Amino acid sequence: MTEATGIPQWRAQATVLPKPGVNDPEGDSIRGGLQQLGYGGVSGVRAGKVITLTVEAASEDEARATVARMCDQLLANPVIETYEVTVAPAAVGPEGH
Amino acid sequence: MSTSPTVGVITFPGSNGDHDALHAMRHDVGVDARFVDYRETSLDGLSAVILPGGFSYGDHLRCGAIARFAPVMGPLVAFAEAGHPVLGICNGFQILTEAHLLPGALLRNRSLRFHCFWTHVRIESDRTAWTAGIAEGTVLRLPVAHGEGAYFADPLTITRLEGNGQIVARYSTPEGTISEGTNANGSVGSIAAISNERGNVVGLMPHPERAANPLVGGGDGLRLLGTVLGPMLSPTTLSRT
Repeated sequence: MTEATGIPQWRAQATVLPKPGVNDPEGDSIRGGLQQLGYGGVSGVRAGKVITLTVEAASEDEARATVARMCDQLLANPVIETYEVTVAPAAVGPEGH
Repeated sequence: MSTSPTVGVITFPGSNGDHDALHAMRHDVGVDARFVDYRETSLDGLSAVILPGGFSYGDHLRCGAIARFAPVMGPLVAFAEAGHPVLGICNGFQILTEAHLLPGALLRNRSLRFHCFWTHVRIESDRTAWTAGIAEGTVLRLPVAHGEGAYFADPLTITRLEGNGQIVARYSTPEGTISEGTNANGSVGSIAAISNERGNVVGLMPHPERAANPLVGGGDGLRLLGTVLGPMLSPTTLSRT
């Protein structure tokens, strides 16, 4: 909870991945690297990005909805990417760490 | 109304093709041109606008994702919706897709390598503000310089683009043959350039502004950049009825 506002803080994580059917050359080349290391049974490698952030919100649901809106507007491109949002109460501390 | 058309070239933080585009418009095409800072909030008085190549905002998050929210983009959307010619080159193309002025997206090159070489594109539509003087089937030799140039759109969108004549250019051989061999970056349908439905907004990955004078190795880009000088400058002539 921030001292200034009294609004609870939430630690959120957005996981952004290429949509099924969208080419992912980065994932393909990671799979190639794994195969070179001897992991022959690996498939379905997809490479995306994880964005973590701390948000102020009255409730966990509100925090999740806010981060989902951020994904729709900026963090993900719905034409080529999907996203998942997880939210947990931020740990006590000035930066929530 | 000004009798001397002026083309605006938007400079975003990280643009690097803006000087090339301004130079090509002024000295090769021979039209007035000025830089437009990304913080400007009016495009009044401009006849056409170019979004140049480069790495706006360091390409962070996704190419063009941050530039889309620059202050100049609100006026640019209105400018485009009014029917004025807008050309996005390379990063400018990426910004136009992020801003939803053009459908689809640009993905990482299939090779995972940055592509910097000369290529050929076949013009597929002469019904846009930037290709009106170029017969369909014409092959232009233009350089590319991109890491994320693989055009992607879902199959329904591709079908719609083809039906509307919105596919402006495809990578080809010098003779105009299209094959996977000429599709270096892995674009769907070898697509190198598309337009919006009206035809006034065009995005392309190759760099016509870097091929606007034989002195720099090629002059074919002048065909694209010069078209906007014609009657297409008036939005009323852009009606596709």
